[in-house]
Amino acid sequence: MCLSIPAQVISVQDDTAQVSVSGTIYTAGIQLLEEVREGDYVLLHAGFAIQVIDPGEAEETLRLFKEMNQSGEG
Amino acid sequence: MKYISEYRDRIWMNTLAGQIASCRDMEVTFMEVCGTHTAAISRFGIKTLLPAGIRLISGPGCPVCVTPVGFIDHAVGLARQQQTIITTFGDLLRVPGSTTSLEKVRAEGADVRMVYSVMEALELAHRYPDRQVIFLAIGFETTAPATAAGILCATQEKPGNFFILSAHKVMPPALEMLATEGVSIDGYLCPGHVSVITGEEIYRTIPEKYGLGCVIAGFEPADILLAILMLLRQVSEGNPRVENAYKRAVKPQGNPRALAMMNRVFEPVDTTWRGLGMVKNSGLELREEFASLDAARMIGIDLEPSREPRGCICGDILKGISKPADCNLFSKVCCPENPVGACMVSSEGSCQAAYRYEQYG
Amino acid sequence: MHELIRQLFVKYFRNRWLETAGDAAVLPLESGHISFTTDSYVVDPLFFPGGDIGKLAICGTVNDLAVTGALPLFISVGFIIEEGFPVKDLESIVRSMAVTAKQAGVQIVAGDTKVVNKGKCDKLFINTSGMGQVPEKCIHVASADLVKPGDQIIISGYTGDHGMAILSQRKGFPMKTRLKSDCTPLNGLIGTILEHINQVRFMRDPTRGGVATVLCELAEGRSFGVLIREPDLPVREEVTGLCEMFGFDPLYLPNEGKVVMVVDPAVSSQVVDIMHRHPEGEHAAVIGEIIDENPGRVVLETVTGGRRIIHMLTGEQLPRIC
Repeated sequence: MCLSIPAQVISVQDDTAQVSVSGTIYTAGIQLLEEVREGDYVLLHAGFAIQVIDPGEAEETLRLFKEMNQSGEG
Repeated sequence: MKYISEYRDRIWMNTLAGQIASCRDMEVTFMEVCGTHTAAISRFGIKTLLPAGIRLISGPGCPVCVTPVGFIDHAVGLARQQQTIITTFGDLLRVPGSTTSLEKVRAEGADVRMVYSVMEALELAHRYPDRQVIFLAIGFETTAPATAAGILCATQEKPGNFFILSAHKVMPPALEMLATEGVSIDGYLCPGHVSVITGEEIYRTIPEKYGLGCVIAGFEPADILLAILMLLRQVSEGNPRVENAYKRAVKPQGNPRALAMMNRVFEPVDTTWRGLGMVKNSGLELREEFASLDAARMIGIDLEPSREPRGCICGDILKGISKPADCNLFSKVCCPENPVGACMVSSEGSCQAAYRYEQYG
Repeated sequence: MHELIRQLFVKYFRNRWLETAGDAAVLPLESGHISFTTDSYVVDPLFFPGGDIGKLAICGTVNDLAVTGALPLFISVGFIIEEGFPVKDLESIVRSMAVTAKQAGVQIVAGDTKVVNKGKCDKLFINTSGMGQVPEKCIHVASADLVKPGDQIIISGYTGDHGMAILSQRKGFPMKTRLKSDCTPLNGLIGTILEHINQVRFMRDPTRGGVATVLCELAEGRSFGVLIREPDLPVREEVTGLCEMFGFDPLYLPNEGKVVMVVDPAVSSQVVDIMHRHPEGEHAAVIGEIIDENPGRVVLETVTGGRRIIHMLTGEQLPRIC
């Protein structure tokens, strides 16, 4: 089955967006999202974008790992 | 690769594994419910990073694995009809039905095509107006909204020859059943991509009623290790609750628009899960308004009663009661080239994961 | 496939060269040794980014000879053509074979053509056989008899390009990619290395079944094991993305322009260096080593540092890829 993978939005047209998975381009359905913008990273599943990835939360998780790493050493 | 590579960085693996190692005296069992987690855990060798007392077992979260034999028989029956194109996701092709599989009937001349999206199936319906095009809709809440979007498109475009055969299921009723009937566990690693759609709410009753922690986990190795760490902390604090370890993709409210589309098109129905039997309100059926697109209601077909393959213990494996190695058929008779049960066919099935990703040591 | 070969063909055709099961048979003559190999090509589609069935056929056979340490010399070509196959396509393929043969420095010295009725073969199938001369210092290479723990495993570049390039051209593939097959003759690269290095223990080109299959074949029945490190395997980012999306494993993807070498650790960095300076070896890397533990098995150290056993590819991950 199709897995879900992060893909970057290259351009948006009506119900679809051209998204790039490391350089490979796919035409994804965006009917399941309220708003999608060029440059956003979305989760691609079964041909549709199912969520926009939150860069702030992504950073936050990595910051948590960094903290854990530092307190582990300390 | 952005949003993937960072969560595979060896430094974080070591950090998280180190934190988990400090819990080495704990004896706990967590169940990962999602097939994609089963595959990821095996692929990345996660179990070899955990102390011996921390066990992970797989649950029934592989949509292909829990598809009953009867569904395959139905799909095969439709495939054999004249002027019919069956469209399906890849793994379903090789799942054994009572007597044969979609892949085998394709070799006999049936038109069975692999698609990546329901929209490709709809496009085929437009391209071949003289044939009935049927999409085999399997998957949980991650995938059902996509099918719903396809149905809504079809309702507008009215090709007249497009149908779906739904085996969509939803998670919460199965999670409840496992909490009461399954093997004894200390918490759930909850499916990250199902949660992208549903949000955190669907797990609320599990800690409340059963005292089991629920941590929503992503699929990169760092995501999985983080979720395990959070479950361990919940157990040692004696504070089971719902927590989200996949915040970059899962919002507390999920994706309301996708959920609304799913609920607009589908309604809950009692359905059979391979291995679990009948689970109330766990299936999704097209609402009456969309009945004209339902292959089950619109296309007449004679079907023989289905039968499960003998000796196959997929059911117990899906409930976490048995492991693949406990099955007499595992790797002797049942293997990826010659699968007996669905757990060996699916790339997300416990048996294929155990077979392909044989753990070192 | 392995079972079919073992249980039917080897059973009837049995001799010690077939049983060595190398990419080409190293055969003793009155003086010296020759390398002799054959392959059939049924790739679909016939024309793909980076090549066509003709180029593939020449490269495949040249490479099978080159990895036994041989200097490839002579090729035979057999065509099975479906009635009605366009002449201009055939000409294009034949031209491509001539160009590739010239590039590789080999002569096509024998051939055969058959035309079959429509529907009796899918457009065009090609068989090529090839012969080369094996220098004394390379006779052991095909058999891997001198491989021992401590030896290093090197790949000459990105793995998986060919497999994904072919897949992306299949009808119904929903994505647009710039991937090209890596199809190329390797005798230039290998020849350059053998000129300077004597301690090459083993070579294979990872075609169908990929790097994993080649290493499983190496390890099978031996007293040593193989360790490879997933983070060290060179994979183009686009191929990684497609693998993640469709659940493929780059370890099993076929290549048509890569060589996997096992060398003495003392010469390992020199070999990588030579490869880097050659157009076919730009992204060469050490990916693992031969170990004492786990005899007969291939162990993968994953990105997380966890380990798992790698098996031979069973069934077709990607059909009609070569």
